[in-house]
Amino acid sequence: MNIRAQVKKVSWIIEPGFFSNSSVTTALVIGGVVAISSAVTGLFTVLGRQAFAGEALGDVGAVGGSGAYLVNINPLWGFLTVAIGSAGIIGALGSRRSSDRDVSTGIVLSGALGVAALFLYLDATHAHVSGTSMTVLFGSLFVISNTLVWVVIGFSAAVLVLMMLFFQMLLLVSLNIELAQVRGIPVRLLSVGYLVAVGVCVALSALSVGAVLSTALLIGPPASALRISKSPRGAAFLSACIGVFSVWLGILLSYDSASWPPLGHGWPVSSLIVAIIFVVYLATGLGQRRRNIRYNSARIGVLSESVR
Amino acid sequence: MFSSFMVDSWIAATIVAIVAGAVGFFVVLRRSGFAAHALPQGAFAGAAGASLLGVNILFGLGLFAVIGAVGVGWLSRRGRRDVVVALLLVLLLGVGAFFLSFSSESATQIFALLFGDILSITEMELVAMAIVSAIALLALTALYRPLIYTTTLPEVSESRGVKPHLFETAFLLVVALGTTVTIPVVGTFLMFALMVAPAAAARSFVSRPFRALGVSIALALVIAWESLALSYLTNWPVGFFVGIGGVVIYILSQLCGNQLFHLRKPAIPAS
Repeated sequence: MNIRAQVKKVSWIIEPGFFSNSSVTTALVIGGVVAISSAVTGLFTVLGRQAFAGEALGDVGAVGGSGAYLVNINPLWGFLTVAIGSAGIIGALGSRRSSDRDVSTGIVLSGALGVAALFLYLDATHAHVSGTSMTVLFGSLFVISNTLVWVVIGFSAAVLVLMMLFFQMLLLVSLNIELAQVRGIPVRLLSVGYLVAVGVCVALSALSVGAVLSTALLIGPPASALRISKSPRGAAFLSACIGVFSVWLGILLSYDSASWPPLGHGWPVSSLIVAIIFVVYLATGLGQRRRNIRYNSARIGVLSESVR
Repeated sequence: MFSSFMVDSWIAATIVAIVAGAVGFFVVLRRSGFAAHALPQGAFAGAAGASLLGVNILFGLGLFAVIGAVGVGWLSRRGRRDVVVALLLVLLLGVGAFFLSFSSESATQIFALLFGDILSITEMELVAMAIVSAIALLALTALYRPLIYTTTLPEVSESRGVKPHLFETAFLLVVALGTTVTIPVVGTFLMFALMVAPAAAARSFVSRPFRALGVSIALALVIAWESLALSYLTNWPVGFFVGIGGVVIYILSQLCGNQLFHLRKPAIPAS
């Protein structure tokens, strides 16, 4: 893809200075990398009907983000510690019936949000950091320090490699857990490991779009891709493309929005990204009925392929 | 703590607990935990928008909660339910963040919206809350039988011509009403705790639906009053005590409830 040629063509869309602005470049890199790892990881979250667990992990991360300000460390480490830790706990509690999962996820989530409320309150009253609620919950992609770029790339690459290595196994576990057990796949270990990977992903996206919006990157692109693509690997690729597209378009529009009404006030980048992801999901749902049949047959195809 | 200006807060906490306990019973029964988590958070966008326009936030909350409920009901016919709930949730939250970025709300006011501010309830809000709660409870009474029926015997009720989608949307609308009432008190994020924890705990004490409903309301009252009292004493956000209170009550219910039910089973010897 020749980006530069396209840039020339559509230069009237892109405000001057877009690519020379260092905080924009950082945002593009971090946003893109995070979008890819989340979109690929989220594929199994959608297939395994674990959207609520993914959402919960993101929200729980808010505890880490707000706690990090209290002890004065970078919020990324807070997000990561708490998300990975709680992924481990949820995974360890796992192997329950799915009917119980709704309630147990809910209880963990309630407690975590309560603690997050306290931390944010203490941030404001004792640590004298203002605006933490907005930063932790809704992100601020443009003010990430570029020292974090390599950390984010490292974690994302690690998650992505793991997803690729265990692609087939994860697919089988998320589609048919009994079959996976019969075939001798270490389901328990794989599930816990997978939840930890989701924890890392939501922690990284919490940094960019905020703790409560990280689900958007985890669920939106894969759900849209699964409505179009026939093969699971194709869906993973498409999902990554949709994720990157949404994040980059969001960043671009947010940058441009400084010249939109009301003048002089940029639109928040997180809101734009989420809105784009939602529109893509709706667009892929047009003609849903026909595709639904294809999707189901794709699932059956995946299964028989894995069984062989 | 019981001085005259606190009276409104106590009444508000009581109303909220009754509605949350009753609605939560059906949320847990129907495993709609995710939707119950999403609707209040989505309604937050309405509150943010209302404060931007300078109208009463109850209108904004109500409007967006209803949009969320109808949206989930309508879209989940076309796509996977949990995916639809997740995406609608983040969309509405994103809209909320959008409104907030343009409003001149102070950080304290935003915080109150997200995590509750029971001490600043006005008499006007109290009246509105009481009316909306009454409507929500009446609707629940009307839906009581069909809801239990479609949950426990989905095939039978469907074969008798009950439309599950219709009741699902109706139920989500009741959740939306309950949401509107509770958010000004316990906040967008913790309203969910007050719905799920008492009802989930009640399940392990009693098995008959009507009694479980009663226990659920009672436990919600305990959590709400405890939170109000502790929040008043410590000045910490009420949401913290609601969240932690919910977890504690749930864990206690798991410990005691299991003992009550498994008394006859021989205890596993610790070796």
